[in-house]
Amino acid sequence: MSIDAAEFLQASVRTATPLALAAYGELVVERAGVINLGLEGAMIAGSFGALVGAGVGGVGAGFAVAVGAGCATAAVMALVVLWLRADAVIAGTAVTLLSLGLTGTLYRALYGVQGAALSVPTIAPVAVPGLSLLPLVGRAFFEQPAVTYALYILGALLWWWISRTHAGLALRATGERPAAALAAGLSPVRVRAWALVFGGAMGGLAGGVLVLAQVGTFAEGMSAGRGFIAIAIVVLGRWTPVGVTGAALLFGAASQVQYVFQSLGWPVPYQLFLALPYVLTLLVLAGTQRRAAAPAALGAPLAEEAR
Amino acid sequence: MSDSALTLHAIDKRFGAVQALSSASLEVRRGTLHAVLGENGAGKSTLMRIAFGMMRANGGTIAIGGAPTALTSSADAIARGLGMVHQHFTLVPAMTAAENIALGGHGLLNIRHVAARVQQLSEHTGLAVDPHARVDTLGVGAQQRVEILKALYSDAHTLILDEPTAVLTPRESDELFAWLRRFVASGGTAVLVTHKLQEAVAAADDVTVLRRGRCVHTSRAADVGIAVLVRAVTGDDASAPASAVTRAAGARGALVARLHGVSARDARGVERIRDASVECFAGEIIGLAGVEGSGVHELLRLLAGRLTPSAGTVNVPTAIGFVPEDRLRDAVIEEFTLTENVALRDAAGRTGRMHWSVLDVQTAGIMQRHDVRAPSPVARVGELSGGNQQKFVVGRELDKHPSLVVAENPVRGLDIRATEHVLRELVASAGAGAAVVVYSADIDELLPIAHRMLVVFAGRVHEVRVDRAAVASALVGAP
Amino acid sequence: MAATVAVIVAAVLGILAVGGYDTPRALAALWNGAFGSTYAVLSATLVRATPLLFVGLSVGLAFRAGVLNIGAEGQLLAGAATAVAVGLWVGGLPPLVALPMVLGAGAIAGAIWAGIAGFLKVRFGVLEVISTLMLNFVATSVVSWLIRGPLQEPTRIYPQTLELAPSVHMPTLIAGHRLHLGFPLAIVLAVTVWWFLTHTAAGFRVRVVGASVRAASSAGGVNTARTAALVFLASGALAGLGGASEATGVTFALYEGISPGYGYSAIAVALLARLHPLAIILTALLFGALEAGAAAMQRDANVPSVLAAVVEALIVLGVLAFNHARTRGQRA
Repeated sequence: MSIDAAEFLQASVRTATPLALAAYGELVVERAGVINLGLEGAMIAGSFGALVGAGVGGVGAGFAVAVGAGCATAAVMALVVLWLRADAVIAGTAVTLLSLGLTGTLYRALYGVQGAALSVPTIAPVAVPGLSLLPLVGRAFFEQPAVTYALYILGALLWWWISRTHAGLALRATGERPAAALAAGLSPVRVRAWALVFGGAMGGLAGGVLVLAQVGTFAEGMSAGRGFIAIAIVVLGRWTPVGVTGAALLFGAASQVQYVFQSLGWPVPYQLFLALPYVLTLLVLAGTQRRAAAPAALGAPLAEEAR
Repeated sequence: MSDSALTLHAIDKRFGAVQALSSASLEVRRGTLHAVLGENGAGKSTLMRIAFGMMRANGGTIAIGGAPTALTSSADAIARGLGMVHQHFTLVPAMTAAENIALGGHGLLNIRHVAARVQQLSEHTGLAVDPHARVDTLGVGAQQRVEILKALYSDAHTLILDEPTAVLTPRESDELFAWLRRFVASGGTAVLVTHKLQEAVAAADDVTVLRRGRCVHTSRAADVGIAVLVRAVTGDDASAPASAVTRAAGARGALVARLHGVSARDARGVERIRDASVECFAGEIIGLAGVEGSGVHELLRLLAGRLTPSAGTVNVPTAIGFVPEDRLRDAVIEEFTLTENVALRDAAGRTGRMHWSVLDVQTAGIMQRHDVRAPSPVARVGELSGGNQQKFVVGRELDKHPSLVVAENPVRGLDIRATEHVLRELVASAGAGAAVVVYSADIDELLPIAHRMLVVFAGRVHEVRVDRAAVASALVGAP
Repeated sequence: MAATVAVIVAAVLGILAVGGYDTPRALAALWNGAFGSTYAVLSATLVRATPLLFVGLSVGLAFRAGVLNIGAEGQLLAGAATAVAVGLWVGGLPPLVALPMVLGAGAIAGAIWAGIAGFLKVRFGVLEVISTLMLNFVATSVVSWLIRGPLQEPTRIYPQTLELAPSVHMPTLIAGHRLHLGFPLAIVLAVTVWWFLTHTAAGFRVRVVGASVRAASSAGGVNTARTAALVFLASGALAGLGGASEATGVTFALYEGISPGYGYSAIAVALLARLHPLAIILTALLFGALEAGAAAMQRDANVPSVLAAVVEALIVLGVLAFNHARTRGQRA
């Protein structure tokens, strides 16, 4: 049996799309100096929101509710970390647990205890005229759902915003040295709060993509750790939009390798391939952490004098 | 247009139970250099942070250019033409000078335009700065120029400088004052916060003295002598020198510690000490001086056995008393009790069980012998005043009579009584046969107690006479 | 604190109302499932509390040293998988030999699993928050492979292992009930950890490193990396032992979902106890009751048991809010 390289690439890009969206969100949050472990919670909230929204008002409403639900988890995170000044790691874990529990409970409450398979409308791939005919990469990058094209635009916008606007400069300064941002008349608390909200919105959108552009239904815990992988992607992509995009693609491809091996008939246990992206992250972390371009204040709470 | 650039009237500020400022007032005339004097903790920095909108007062009014103003953030102050140069620079080390200067703006960011304007401003004002240089590659003097340019870039007409000379070499200080005189001559206004009386009187038009949160003196600088200001600052009726503690005329004893041909790197891998050789003898106090970045902190840590050299031999005793500069970060744990903090000192070598009752007795002894005022050995260190915390650290480190004592800025931030207590402890320790090495950022604290003076300049150690002029010129590398 | 409890109660009642559930019936099921009978206490609540106590101690000890180990779940899985593998192998030996071997193997496996994160932190400076989280997912995948590969039962129909021989079952404490030796073992460990932290020099070093790394190394000369690495190992061993206790005392086999997220609940258990080992006994009991009750609620009133996760998350957020209120009180 042969493998279709174009199909493999197309599947890789499809898998990478929600990962990249969530990772863009986390990128902004981490450039502001916060690690948001609540991202997984934002994604699952987004998936559930997409189900509810799409059930009521179609795909558009699905995406809108998904983004709103992601923002809601981020609001909790911002409240606890910035206002109550709690540890972001613990708060993020709690937000994810809360979101997993709430969506699971509400799903069964709203759609039956059995959680009967419930499908919602999804968006179909749209081929970009011309570009999609390119050999090999054409179908992979230009015959995808519209959200994937939105992703390309978003990635470019994000790069431009971070490096070419004063707001982006303020974001970077807050992640590097909050006291400097404060002295320049900015509010580090506000910058971090908005970064968290953006991160939540992107996490919600990514969760929505899972439901509305890929699976077509919701399952309890369907984000399945993608929010955490997105955090790893940001580290791997060294906190730049370009790097993050590449890292997301790499993770998308890694999760598709199992199908390649299956089609080649190699008797490699697929469960171990599911672990591959995580092991890869660990190896990359071990290889790059020392010289990583991490924001200097990443993970550090705001000191009293920088509020 | 008002004649006053900045007016603070009857400002009150409380931190919990502490009244940091009570009815403090300050009027800064347009086109003048106004010095605000006071000891550490007198409330100078707090007053300036309130003036700059970084902190809200509990009472009082602020007027800028004669117009009453309510400042809710430093952005308000910047918008009204104030600029502040902070004691601990508030620049982002990983960004360029131009990016730092642009920080706080709105809309699109064209960093090349910013850099061009900074270049222009730099040439116009005579403050030399490379807009494209990353701040962490700049020396402290250049970083300070970036801070000043940052304020001028947002059209500041009134500059507040908080202890600007604390980190500068004497030559850099002279350049800064020359520039400030030109700035006020061309219509600008500057507020200079300092605890150095001489420089204030020499450079300023007006002086205001703060003591314990109150304004106790305001006058033209030309109308007042140093002696009057000393009395105003210290609150003593007699014009006393900063410290009455002096060295004992003890004889030099045996060799206690020796560094030979030692080089060392800091945490970032930069070589800070090059080929240094130092010998410390029993009964002798070595005064150590050096500006920030000279390598003086690394030399102290080498002597204290806290830093591994990259080359050379280090022979230091096992019993070392070490008083680090930042006690709350490096010496004690605030939320632990005094007894636990005593146990902290030998935490590495201890095995088996902790004998807390024995340690409580030991702690009570330290409190009594070293005048540490605390409710009990099981009180938390965080509940103590700064002076008592430092007396506790010094007491803990000296109590077992170590053969080598290394102290880094041991009296920084202390009032006069605590300062004298700590200096007396160090002198007594040398008298009892210890080799003592003391670093201070203020060489006037060292000269009365030191038997020998060492100066670190650009990573090299030089021995100089115990003499103000000799030390001052060695600090800047002059022969 | 009262406000936190009120919020949690209101949230639970709100969810029950929104879901259209029979609230009185659900609450009765919750209570009866946790405390309603001798059976509920001895076969549900205390049995559920046992793994929570092990992992709660694991997380509590790590957090006390400033080690943010959020990988208790993976370490528990490593312990359970290894215990079952060894148990299937040594099942023929007499219990007094076999059981300690199995439990020891579980503890060692947990320590090794946490040790990977410890090594990455000490050697490469990798944030343990990210590495322990990644290792949780790796552990889940490895278990999934083991029960479909090398450890699968001989008929190759079910994704699980054979059942362990009775010689490697934890002895039950009271005839007719599921409460097993793991519970008193965990209590003894809780007291031991408390005594270690408060009365030994090594325990003092752990507290010192957790309170201030700078002061520990500068004033105390403590090798902070070594202390943190040892805490990683001890924390992993506690979680691994919890997994072994669960495998030999409750499930008697390895299968997917052997842990319903005990490793994540552990964070709530440890935080609610303010990381105090003796208080962790109480909070583990509380959470054991909550999960036992939630399971009964699902059985008897059709209320999904993931509701327990909501309550746990709200408790963590409540504790964080309470801490905030307390420190503000101190500052004023």
